[in-house]
Amino acid sequence: MANEVILLDFWPSMFGMRTRIALREKGVEFEYREEDLRNKSPLLLQMNPIHKKIPVLIHNGKPVCESSIQVQYIDEVWSHKNPILPSDPYQRAQARFWADFIDKKVYDVSRKTWTTKGEELEAAKKELIEILKTLESELGDKPYFGGDEFGYVDIALIGFYTWFPAYEKFGNLSIESECPKLMVWVKKCLERETVAKSLPDPHKVTEFVAELRKRFGLE
Amino acid sequence: MTNQVILLDFWPSMFGMRTKIALAEKGVEYEYKETDPWVKTPLLIEMNPVHKKIPVLIHNGKPICESLIQIEYIDEVWSDTYPILPSDPYEKSQARFWGEFIDRKFYDPSWKVWGTKGEEQVAARKELIEHFKTLETELGDKPYYGGEVFGFVDIALIGYYSWFKAMEKFGEFSIEKEAPKLIEWTKRCIVRESVIKAMADPDNIIQYACVFRKSLGVE
Repeated sequence: MANEVILLDFWPSMFGMRTRIALREKGVEFEYREEDLRNKSPLLLQMNPIHKKIPVLIHNGKPVCESSIQVQYIDEVWSHKNPILPSDPYQRAQARFWADFIDKKVYDVSRKTWTTKGEELEAAKKELIEILKTLESELGDKPYFGGDEFGYVDIALIGFYTWFPAYEKFGNLSIESECPKLMVWVKKCLERETVAKSLPDPHKVTEFVAELRKRFGLE
Repeated sequence: MTNQVILLDFWPSMFGMRTKIALAEKGVEYEYKETDPWVKTPLLIEMNPVHKKIPVLIHNGKPICESLIQIEYIDEVWSDTYPILPSDPYEKSQARFWGEFIDRKFYDPSWKVWGTKGEEQVAARKELIEHFKTLETELGDKPYYGGEVFGFVDIALIGYYSWFKAMEKFGEFSIEKEAPKLIEWTKRCIVRESVIKAMADPDNIIQYACVFRKSLGVE
Protein backbone atom coordinates (compact mmCIF):
# COMPACT_ATOMS: atom_id res chain seq x y z
CA MET A 1 0.00 0.00 0.00
CA ALA A 2 1.34 3.46 -0.82
CA ASN A 3 2.45 5.32 2.24
CA GLU A 4 1.08 8.83 2.28
CA VAL A 5 2.60 10.76 5.17
CA ILE A 6 1.73 14.37 5.93
CA LEU A 7 3.04 16.38 8.86
CA LEU A 8 1.10 19.43 10.02
CA ASP A 9 3.67 21.46 11.90
CA PHE A 10 4.96 24.90 12.86
CA TRP A 11 8.62 25.61 12.15
CA PRO A 12 9.76 26.69 15.69
CA SER A 13 7.89 23.88 17.49
CA MET A 14 10.30 21.76 19.50
CA PHE A 15 7.59 19.09 19.44
CA GLY A 16 7.28 19.12 15.65
CA MET A 17 11.06 18.82 15.46
CA ARG A 18 10.83 15.44 17.21
CA THR A 19 8.51 14.02 14.58
CA ARG A 20 10.57 15.47 11.71
CA ILE A 21 13.70 13.81 13.13
CA ALA A 22 11.97 10.46 13.66
CA LEU A 23 10.59 10.39 10.10
CA ARG A 24 14.03 11.22 8.69
CA GLU A 25 15.75 8.62 10.89
CA LYS A 26 13.51 6.04 9.27
CA GLY A 27 13.96 7.44 5.76
CA VAL A 28 10.22 8.11 5.44
CA GLU A 29 9.21 10.55 2.73
CA PHE A 30 6.67 13.00 4.01
CA GLU A 31 4.87 16.17 3.01
CA TYR A 32 5.56 19.00 5.45
CA ARG A 33 2.72 21.51 5.80
CA GLU A 34 3.35 24.74 7.68
CA GLU A 35 0.40 25.76 9.89
CA ASP A 36 -0.37 29.34 10.87
CA LEU A 37 -1.35 28.91 14.51
CA ARG A 38 -3.33 32.14 14.48
CA ASN A 39 -5.33 30.83 11.54
CA LYS A 40 -5.54 27.06 11.91
CA SER A 41 -6.41 25.09 8.80
CA PRO A 42 -9.67 23.12 8.54
CA LEU A 43 -7.47 20.03 8.13
CA LEU A 44 -5.74 20.63 11.47
CA LEU A 45 -9.05 21.15 13.25
CA GLN A 46 -10.44 18.01 11.62
CA MET A 47 -7.35 15.89 12.40
CA ASN A 48 -6.84 17.08 15.98
CA PRO A 49 -10.28 18.14 17.20
CA ILE A 50 -9.44 17.51 20.87
CA HIS A 51 -6.34 19.68 21.24
CA LYS A 52 -6.26 21.60 17.91
CA LYS A 53 -2.46 21.58 18.16
CA ILE A 54 0.53 20.72 16.02
CA PRO A 55 2.30 18.53 15.23
CA VAL A 56 -0.22 16.17 13.65
CA LEU A 57 1.08 13.18 11.72
CA ILE A 58 -1.36 11.97 9.07
CA HIS A 59 -0.58 8.48 7.78
CA ASN A 60 -2.75 7.29 4.93
CA GLY A 61 -5.44 9.74 6.03
CA LYS A 62 -5.41 8.74 9.71
CA PRO A 63 -4.14 11.21 12.30
CA VAL A 64 -1.71 10.52 15.12
CA CYS A 65 -1.46 13.36 17.66
CA GLU A 66 1.11 14.20 20.37
CA SER A 67 4.77 14.14 19.40
CA SER A 68 5.95 11.43 21.82
CA ILE A 69 3.14 9.18 20.59
CA GLN A 70 4.03 10.00 16.96
CA VAL A 71 7.69 9.04 17.51
CA GLN A 72 6.67 5.70 19.02
CA TYR A 73 4.22 5.11 16.16
CA ILE A 74 6.90 5.86 13.57
CA ASP A 75 9.27 3.46 15.35
CA GLU A 76 6.66 0.69 15.29
CA VAL A 77 5.45 1.15 11.71
CA TRP A 78 8.90 1.61 10.12
CA SER A 79 10.57 -0.94 12.32
CA HIS A 80 13.08 -2.13 9.71
CA LYS A 81 15.78 0.46 10.35
CA ASN A 82 17.29 2.76 13.01
CA PRO A 83 15.34 1.61 16.05
CA ILE A 84 14.39 4.61 18.16
CA LEU A 85 13.23 2.89 21.35
CA PRO A 86 15.31 0.16 22.99
CA SER A 87 14.10 -3.42 22.53
CA ASP A 88 14.43 -4.33 26.22
CA PRO A 89 11.21 -3.57 28.17
CA TYR A 90 13.06 -2.10 31.16
CA GLN A 91 15.19 0.19 28.98
CA ARG A 92 12.03 1.19 27.11
CA ALA A 93 10.34 2.09 30.40
CA GLN A 94 13.33 4.25 31.34
CA ALA A 95 13.31 5.97 27.93
CA ARG A 96 9.59 6.68 28.26
CA PHE A 97 10.15 7.99 31.80
CA TRP A 98 12.72 10.55 30.66
CA ALA A 99 10.67 11.67 27.65
CA ASP A 100 7.72 12.09 30.03
CA PHE A 101 9.98 14.08 32.41
CA ILE A 102 10.96 16.37 29.53
CA ASP A 103 7.31 16.79 28.52
CA LYS A 104 6.15 17.54 32.06
CA LYS A 105 8.98 19.79 33.13
CA VAL A 106 10.98 21.51 30.41
CA TYR A 107 8.33 23.30 28.34
CA ASP A 108 6.30 25.05 31.06
CA VAL A 109 9.30 26.20 33.05
CA SER A 110 11.34 27.28 30.01
CA ARG A 111 8.42 29.32 28.71
CA LYS A 112 8.59 31.42 31.86
CA THR A 113 12.14 32.52 31.01
CA TRP A 114 10.76 34.70 28.23
CA THR A 115 7.24 35.46 29.46
CA THR A 116 7.86 36.54 33.07
CA LYS A 117 10.00 38.95 35.03
CA GLY A 118 11.10 39.75 38.56
CA GLU A 119 10.73 37.04 41.19
CA GLU A 120 8.74 34.73 38.94
CA LEU A 121 11.52 34.84 36.35
CA GLU A 122 14.23 34.20 38.93
CA ALA A 123 12.34 31.17 40.26
CA ALA A 124 11.82 29.84 36.71
CA LYS A 125 15.52 30.27 35.84
CA LYS A 126 16.55 28.38 38.94
CA GLU A 127 14.10 25.57 38.22
CA LEU A 128 15.09 25.32 34.54
CA ILE A 129 18.75 24.96 35.41
CA GLU A 130 17.89 22.27 37.98
CA ILE A 131 15.85 20.40 35.36
CA LEU A 132 18.65 20.61 32.79
CA LYS A 133 21.21 19.51 35.38
CA THR A 134 19.00 16.51 36.22
CA LEU A 135 18.98 15.61 32.52
CA GLU A 136 22.74 16.16 32.31
CA SER A 137 23.16 13.79 35.27
CA GLU A 138 21.02 11.17 33.55
CA LEU A 139 23.14 11.53 30.41
CA GLY A 140 26.26 10.92 32.48
CA ASP A 141 29.23 9.85 30.37
CA LYS A 142 27.10 8.30 27.64
CA PRO A 143 27.36 9.85 24.17
CA TYR A 144 23.58 9.84 23.91
CA PHE A 145 20.73 9.40 26.38
CA GLY A 146 20.10 6.13 24.56
CA GLY A 147 23.68 5.00 25.26
CA ASP A 148 25.83 4.46 22.19
CA GLU A 149 22.89 5.02 19.89
CA PHE A 150 20.85 8.16 19.26
CA GLY A 151 17.32 7.39 20.42
CA TYR A 152 13.99 8.34 21.92
CA VAL A 153 15.12 10.63 24.73
CA ASP A 154 17.66 12.39 22.51
CA ILE A 155 14.87 13.05 20.01
CA ALA A 156 12.57 14.27 22.81
CA LEU A 157 15.07 16.87 24.04
CA ILE A 158 17.17 18.10 21.13
CA GLY A 159 14.54 20.44 19.66
CA PHE A 160 14.62 22.53 22.84
CA TYR A 161 18.24 23.42 21.99
CA THR A 162 17.00 25.81 19.27
CA TRP A 163 15.22 27.76 22.00
CA PHE A 164 18.22 27.92 24.37
CA PRO A 165 19.55 31.25 23.02
CA ALA A 166 16.06 32.77 23.50
CA TYR A 167 15.87 31.51 27.11
CA GLU A 168 19.39 32.86 27.69
CA LYS A 169 18.76 36.25 26.09
CA PHE A 170 15.39 37.07 27.63
CA GLY A 171 15.96 35.14 30.86
CA ASN A 172 19.51 36.36 31.32
CA LEU A 173 21.07 32.99 31.98
CA SER A 174 23.82 30.83 30.51
CA ILE A 175 22.93 27.21 29.85
CA GLU A 176 26.44 26.47 28.50
CA SER A 177 28.15 27.47 31.72
CA GLU A 178 25.64 25.62 33.92
CA CYS A 179 25.38 22.46 31.81
CA PRO A 180 28.53 22.06 29.71
CA LYS A 181 28.11 18.30 29.22
CA LEU A 182 24.63 18.84 27.85
CA MET A 183 26.07 21.22 25.25
CA VAL A 184 28.59 18.55 24.23
CA TRP A 185 25.65 16.21 23.70
CA VAL A 186 23.88 18.92 21.66
CA LYS A 187 26.91 19.25 19.34
CA LYS A 188 27.02 15.49 18.86
CA CYS A 189 23.33 15.38 17.93
CA LEU A 190 23.72 18.26 15.47
CA GLU A 191 26.26 16.19 13.55
CA ARG A 192 23.43 13.87 12.51
CA GLU A 193 21.94 14.87 9.18
CA THR A 194 18.42 14.00 10.34
CA VAL A 195 18.76 16.45 13.23
CA ALA A 196 20.49 19.21 11.26
CA LYS A 197 17.74 19.07 8.62
CA SER A 198 14.93 19.10 11.18
CA LEU A 199 16.02 21.97 13.40
CA PRO A 200 15.58 25.65 12.51
CA ASP A 201 18.35 28.23 13.00
CA PRO A 202 18.28 29.17 16.72
CA HIS A 203 18.75 32.86 15.74
CA LYS A 204 15.50 32.71 13.82
CA VAL A 205 13.78 31.18 16.84
CA THR A 206 15.11 34.01 19.04
CA GLU A 207 13.76 36.57 16.54
CA PHE A 208 10.42 34.76 16.60
CA VAL A 209 10.34 34.85 20.41
CA ALA A 210 11.16 38.59 20.34
CA GLU A 211 8.13 39.09 18.07
CA LEU A 212 5.95 37.00 20.40
CA ARG A 213 7.06 39.11 23.35
CA LYS A 214 6.03 42.27 21.47
CA ARG A 215 2.73 40.67 20.59
CA PHE A 216 2.12 39.67 24.22
CA GLY A 217 3.04 43.16 25.37
CA LEU A 218 6.13 41.92 27.19
CA GLU A 219 8.64 44.14 25.39
CA MET B 1 14.64 -16.05 36.90
CA THR B 2 12.34 -15.58 39.89
CA ASN B 3 10.11 -12.60 39.50
CA GLN B 4 10.14 -10.35 42.53
CA VAL B 5 7.55 -7.64 42.12
CA ILE B 6 6.91 -4.92 44.69
CA LEU B 7 4.43 -2.09 44.36
CA LEU B 8 4.87 1.08 46.42
CA ASP B 9 1.42 2.62 46.45
CA PHE B 10 -1.03 4.68 48.48
CA TRP B 11 -4.55 3.33 48.90
CA PRO B 12 -6.51 6.36 47.53
CA SER B 13 -4.29 6.84 44.48
CA MET B 14 -6.14 6.48 41.17
CA PHE B 15 -2.73 5.99 39.57
CA GLY B 16 -1.76 3.09 41.85
CA MET B 17 -5.13 1.49 41.12
CA ARG B 18 -4.20 1.33 37.42
CA THR B 19 -1.02 -0.58 38.16
CA LYS B 20 -2.80 -2.95 40.56
CA ILE B 21 -5.39 -3.69 37.86
CA ALA B 22 -2.74 -4.34 35.21
CA LEU B 23 -0.80 -6.72 37.51
CA ALA B 24 -4.00 -8.56 38.41
CA GLU B 25 -5.07 -8.85 34.75
CA LYS B 26 -1.74 -10.56 34.06
CA GLY B 27 -1.97 -12.76 37.15
CA VAL B 28 1.31 -11.38 38.52
CA GLU B 29 1.98 -11.98 42.21
CA TYR B 30 3.39 -8.96 43.96
CA GLU B 31 4.09 -7.50 47.36
CA TYR B 32 2.05 -4.39 48.11
CA LYS B 33 3.74 -1.76 50.31
CA GLU B 34 1.49 0.99 51.59
CA THR B 35 3.50 4.18 51.10
CA ASP B 36 2.25 7.58 52.17
CA PRO B 37 3.62 9.93 49.47
CA TRP B 38 3.71 12.82 51.95
CA VAL B 39 6.18 10.86 54.06
CA LYS B 40 9.22 10.45 51.83
CA THR B 41 10.58 7.13 53.02
CA PRO B 42 14.17 6.17 52.10
CA LEU B 43 12.84 3.43 49.81
CA LEU B 44 10.54 5.85 47.94
CA ILE B 45 13.35 8.39 47.52
CA GLU B 46 15.74 5.68 46.37
CA MET B 47 13.31 4.19 43.88
CA ASN B 48 11.82 7.45 42.55
CA PRO B 49 14.46 10.11 43.20
CA VAL B 50 13.21 12.40 40.44
CA HIS B 51 9.54 12.74 41.43
CA LYS B 52 9.40 11.02 44.84
CA LYS B 53 5.86 9.91 44.05
CA ILE B 54 3.84 6.72 44.06
CA PRO B 55 3.09 4.34 42.48
CA VAL B 56 6.52 2.79 41.99
CA LEU B 57 6.74 -0.68 40.50
CA ILE B 58 9.91 -2.50 41.52
CA HIS B 59 10.71 -5.55 39.38
CA ASN B 60 13.67 -7.62 40.54
CA GLY B 61 15.02 -4.57 42.36
CA LYS B 62 14.67 -2.16 39.41
CA PRO B 63 12.13 0.68 39.62
CA ILE B 64 9.62 1.73 36.98
CA CYS B 65 7.85 5.04 37.65
CA GLU B 66 4.70 6.67 36.22
CA SER B 67 1.55 4.52 36.09
CA LEU B 68 0.92 4.49 32.31
CA ILE B 69 4.58 3.59 31.73
CA GLN B 70 4.17 0.81 34.31
CA ILE B 71 1.14 -0.57 32.44
CA GLU B 72 3.09 -0.69 29.17
CA TYR B 73 6.00 -2.36 30.94
CA ILE B 74 3.73 -4.96 32.54
CA ASP B 75 2.12 -5.61 29.16
CA GLU B 76 5.52 -6.10 27.49
CA VAL B 77 7.10 -8.27 30.19
CA TRP B 78 4.10 -10.54 30.80
CA SER B 79 3.22 -10.64 27.13
CA ASP B 80 2.06 -14.25 27.06
CA THR B 81 -1.29 -13.48 28.61
CA TYR B 82 -4.13 -10.98 28.29
CA PRO B 83 -2.81 -8.18 26.03
CA ILE B 84 -3.56 -4.74 27.47
CA LEU B 85 -2.49 -2.60 24.51
CA PRO B 86 -3.66 -3.31 20.97
CA SER B 87 -1.10 -4.95 18.68
CA ASP B 88 -1.83 -2.67 15.71
CA PRO B 89 0.46 0.41 15.82
CA TYR B 90 -2.35 2.81 14.87
CA GLU B 91 -4.76 1.46 17.50
CA LYS B 92 -1.89 1.57 19.99
CA SER B 93 -1.25 5.24 19.21
CA GLN B 94 -4.93 6.01 19.77
CA ALA B 95 -4.90 4.19 23.11
CA ARG B 96 -1.80 6.13 24.17
CA PHE B 97 -3.45 9.40 23.04
CA TRP B 98 -6.42 8.83 25.33
CA GLY B 99 -4.20 7.76 28.20
CA GLU B 100 -2.34 11.03 27.78
CA PHE B 101 -5.62 13.00 27.55
CA ILE B 102 -6.71 11.52 30.87
CA ASP B 103 -3.41 12.43 32.52
CA ARG B 104 -2.92 15.88 30.97
CA LYS B 105 -6.48 17.20 30.83
CA PHE B 106 -8.76 15.17 33.06
CA TYR B 107 -6.56 14.97 36.16
CA ASP B 108 -6.35 18.65 37.06
CA PRO B 109 -10.08 19.51 37.19
CA SER B 110 -10.77 16.07 38.72
CA TRP B 111 -9.04 17.13 41.95
CA LYS B 112 -9.86 20.85 41.76
CA VAL B 113 -13.56 19.99 41.75
CA TRP B 114 -13.19 18.75 45.35
CA GLY B 115 -9.97 20.50 46.38
CA THR B 116 -10.85 24.13 45.64
CA LYS B 117 -13.72 26.52 46.22
CA GLY B 118 -15.43 29.53 44.70
CA GLU B 119 -14.68 30.50 41.12
CA GLU B 120 -11.82 28.02 40.80
CA GLN B 121 -14.14 25.15 41.72
CA VAL B 122 -16.87 26.35 39.37
CA ALA B 123 -14.38 26.48 36.49
CA ALA B 124 -13.06 23.02 37.41
CA ARG B 125 -16.57 21.52 37.42
CA LYS B 126 -17.35 23.01 34.01
CA GLU B 127 -14.09 21.67 32.56
CA LEU B 128 -14.49 18.26 34.20
CA ILE B 129 -18.01 17.83 32.81
CA GLU B 130 -16.71 18.70 29.32
CA HIS B 131 -14.01 16.04 29.68
CA PHE B 132 -16.52 13.44 30.90
CA LYS B 133 -18.62 14.16 27.81
CA THR B 134 -15.55 13.95 25.54
CA LEU B 135 -14.63 10.60 27.07
CA GLU B 136 -18.22 9.40 26.67
CA THR B 137 -18.15 10.38 22.98
CA GLU B 138 -14.88 8.53 22.48
CA LEU B 139 -16.37 5.39 24.06
CA GLY B 140 -19.32 5.58 21.66
CA ASP B 141 -21.21 2.32 21.43
CA LYS B 142 -18.23 0.13 22.27
CA PRO B 143 -18.45 -1.95 25.46
CA TYR B 144 -14.93 -0.84 26.39
CA TYR B 145 -12.47 1.76 25.17
CA GLY B 146 -10.46 -1.20 23.94
CA GLY B 147 -13.45 -2.27 21.80
CA GLU B 148 -14.67 -5.73 22.74
CA VAL B 149 -11.89 -6.12 25.27
CA PHE B 150 -11.02 -4.26 28.50
CA GLY B 151 -7.72 -2.54 27.76
CA PHE B 152 -5.26 0.29 28.31
CA VAL B 153 -7.64 3.25 28.26
CA ASP B 154 -10.21 1.40 30.37
CA ILE B 155 -7.51 0.79 32.98
CA ALA B 156 -6.28 4.41 32.74
CA LEU B 157 -9.76 5.79 33.44
CA ILE B 158 -11.39 3.26 35.78
CA GLY B 159 -8.73 4.08 38.37
CA TYR B 160 -10.67 7.32 38.93
CA TYR B 161 -13.92 5.46 39.63
CA SER B 162 -13.37 5.33 43.42
CA TRP B 163 -13.22 9.14 43.34
CA PHE B 164 -16.44 9.69 41.35
CA LYS B 165 -18.64 9.88 44.46
CA ALA B 166 -16.29 12.45 46.07
CA MET B 167 -16.17 14.51 42.86
CA GLU B 168 -19.98 14.51 42.70
CA LYS B 169 -20.47 15.29 46.39
CA PHE B 170 -18.06 18.20 46.67
CA GLY B 171 -18.46 19.33 43.05
CA GLU B 172 -22.25 19.21 43.35
CA PHE B 173 -22.98 17.54 40.04
CA SER B 174 -24.04 14.14 38.76
CA ILE B 175 -21.79 12.21 36.40
CA GLU B 176 -24.72 9.93 35.51
CA LYS B 177 -26.73 12.94 34.39
CA GLU B 178 -23.88 14.42 32.35
CA ALA B 179 -22.43 11.22 30.89
CA PRO B 180 -24.83 8.28 31.40
CA LYS B 181 -23.07 5.98 28.91
CA LEU B 182 -19.86 6.43 30.85
CA ILE B 183 -21.56 5.25 34.03
CA GLU B 184 -22.80 2.19 32.13
CA TRP B 185 -19.20 1.55 31.14
CA THR B 186 -18.08 1.77 34.78
CA LYS B 187 -20.68 -0.88 35.69
CA ARG B 188 -19.13 -3.24 33.11
CA CYS B 189 -15.63 -2.60 34.48
CA ILE B 190 -16.35 -2.90 38.18
CA VAL B 191 -17.48 -6.52 37.94
CA ARG B 192 -13.97 -7.52 36.87
CA GLU B 193 -12.06 -9.15 39.68
CA SER B 194 -8.93 -7.08 38.95
CA VAL B 195 -10.92 -3.86 39.32
CA ILE B 196 -12.84 -4.98 42.42
CA LYS B 197 -9.57 -5.82 44.18
CA ALA B 198 -7.89 -2.56 43.18
CA MET B 199 -10.65 -0.10 44.01
CA ALA B 200 -10.87 1.84 47.23
CA ASP B 201 -14.25 2.15 48.93
CA PRO B 202 -15.77 5.41 47.59
CA ASP B 203 -16.98 6.34 51.10
CA ASN B 204 -13.45 6.00 52.46
CA ILE B 205 -12.29 8.25 49.63
CA ILE B 206 -14.93 10.83 50.63
CA GLN B 207 -13.60 10.76 54.19
CA TYR B 208 -10.05 11.12 52.92
CA ALA B 209 -11.06 14.03 50.66
CA CYS B 210 -12.82 15.68 53.64
CA VAL B 211 -9.65 15.65 55.71
CA PHE B 212 -7.61 16.86 52.74
CA ARG B 213 -10.08 19.71 52.09
CA LYS B 214 -9.66 20.87 55.68
CA SER B 215 -5.90 20.90 55.29
CA LEU B 216 -6.28 22.87 52.05
CA GLY B 217 -8.52 25.37 53.85
CA VAL B 218 -11.40 24.59 51.57
CA GLU B 219 -13.70 23.07 54.17
